[in-house]
Amino acid sequence: MATSIAQFLVQTVNGVVTGLILALVASGLTLIFGIMDVVNFAHGELFMLGAYVGVITLAATGSFWLALVAATLTIALLGAVIYVATLRPLLGRDPLNTILVTFGVSLVLQNYALWQFGPVARKIQEPFPGHFALFYLDYPWYRIVIALLAAAIIAALWLFLKFSTYGVWIRATTQDRVMAQAMGIPVPRVLTVVFAIGSGMAAASGVLFGPLVGVDHAMGLDWVLKAFIVVVVGGMGNLAGSVAAAIFISLLESYAALIVSPAQAVIFSFAALILTLLFRPTGLFVPTPK
Amino acid sequence: MMRRHDIAYWTGFSVVLALLIAAPLVLPEFWRRFVTEILIWGLLAMSSDILIGYTGMVSFGHSAFFGLGMYGAAAALLAVKPPNLWLAIPCGLLASAAVAAFVAYFSTRLRDIYFAITTLIFSQIFYVIIFTWTAVTGGENGLTFSRPKLGIPGLVAVPFTTWTLHWFVLAAVTASYLVLRRIMRSPFGMVLQSIRENEARTRAIGYPIERYKIVAVMLSGLFAGLAGVLYAIQNEFAAPDFVFFLVSGEAVIYNVMGGIGTLVGPIAGAAFFLLLREACSRFFTEYYLIPVGLIFIAMVIFMPQGLLGFARRWLNR
Repeated sequence: MATSIAQFLVQTVNGVVTGLILALVASGLTLIFGIMDVVNFAHGELFMLGAYVGVITLAATGSFWLALVAATLTIALLGAVIYVATLRPLLGRDPLNTILVTFGVSLVLQNYALWQFGPVARKIQEPFPGHFALFYLDYPWYRIVIALLAAAIIAALWLFLKFSTYGVWIRATTQDRVMAQAMGIPVPRVLTVVFAIGSGMAAASGVLFGPLVGVDHAMGLDWVLKAFIVVVVGGMGNLAGSVAAAIFISLLESYAALIVSPAQAVIFSFAALILTLLFRPTGLFVPTPK
Repeated sequence: MMRRHDIAYWTGFSVVLALLIAAPLVLPEFWRRFVTEILIWGLLAMSSDILIGYTGMVSFGHSAFFGLGMYGAAAALLAVKPPNLWLAIPCGLLASAAVAAFVAYFSTRLRDIYFAITTLIFSQIFYVIIFTWTAVTGGENGLTFSRPKLGIPGLVAVPFTTWTLHWFVLAAVTASYLVLRRIMRSPFGMVLQSIRENEARTRAIGYPIERYKIVAVMLSGLFAGLAGVLYAIQNEFAAPDFVFFLVSGEAVIYNVMGGIGTLVGPIAGAAFFLLLREACSRFFTEYYLIPVGLIFIAMVIFMPQGLLGFARRWLNR
């Protein structure tokens, strides 16, 4: 009995840790959706490429922090390029077109990674080797550190949106793109910056998560699906909702993994999504719309 | 005017059909299989065109219908000895229709991207179930079986060759095309198209659009299931890879490349995609999706009507 309570608590910690990384992925996705109506299918691939850039930088320099920064900046730049090349021409067309284009982008990026880095998963060394005792487990400090880092990045994003000039522009663009343009906000540049920020956040979470599972070209698929679930459950375009939903979904899956195999635990989050769509299509963690 | 379009249409139809009938007689083994495969994927794409092109709903979940068709046929072929083709087809269709009814009931309450994401998630649910339920579905390895004989029950039974298989598939795809074309030109099809054009107004006129959408998804799922059955018979296996959402994505790609809302466009799109894949694999081996993906992106941006889009009005007459 004592072990099952311990198991439960360990899964709670696990759930919160993965939940915060998932929140980092999903908040980039929801930012992009909320502001430009773009459903970014390539988000998982940006996550995966970020992890790869992290692996390479880490191998070259040995510094985890440098790897984190390099991956974020490189992928943010890549995101800006993708936006300008493929999504800007679609402005004003049906948002469904953006799914098609980003699906194409994700195929290209995924196969590029397979071609460039090969099919064998790369391991990232845990940058902080310490462990502490959590019930029956030697729990690595690293997991706690990445959870805190993810939380810090999300908090920084929130502060950025709240107080910086660009943040104000971004929020204005979300509310009314035409009016924002009329007030002299450089909307095209704002949209590019938002896509770059979202991509950079995906990359950062890729680097943070890499040491837990190893990095391979297909890792993005899982994450983009999960991030979609989170974004819909949390309410499309709602940052706080996404964070709450990410933690909720991760906890749900960790607890489900106690009962069924981890592969089947996904079904629980699928069920959560479907129930949300049926009963609260605007999202679980938002106030009831009037 | 109408008459002349009709004549042109049926002439074109007969020429293409005659070419497809003659194709296996002149083509070498590899290309014979290739043409059959184009027809099967074309049927899958055509089924999703009912939703994308006619009703205006992009489904990313057609792999579920396709895969369940495969598994339904596989189950029937494994259960009965000797394997019976005429049992496999209804079983496959039944499986995909059941799944389609389930998916349709929930997903049609949502619109646009939410519909796309929900269908995607549903197909992933079935993927996870099939992948993990090893005892019944064979898990990752899938199910293998031997091909049934083609024949009329009680009369003749001949083993499938690549020729007869091609003609069998061709007959099924042609029949499906004609049925779907008829349905899409019927009052029912017109209502679907008016949902695409203006959902609110269609509802205001008094059509129960939810019911129409459910029927559209089920119809679409049924034909996707037929494509799955044919694919299972061609390849003598059912594998979880075909339930994975990338298959649905490919069906959407065929549609966009060929031209949505034309029924034949998706088949042309499938042919174009598979030929492109064949050509690109010569130079890029297994990374063919890099150039193919780039071409797809360019087509979405610069050619939103697809290859056959420009001829759409002419084809629909």
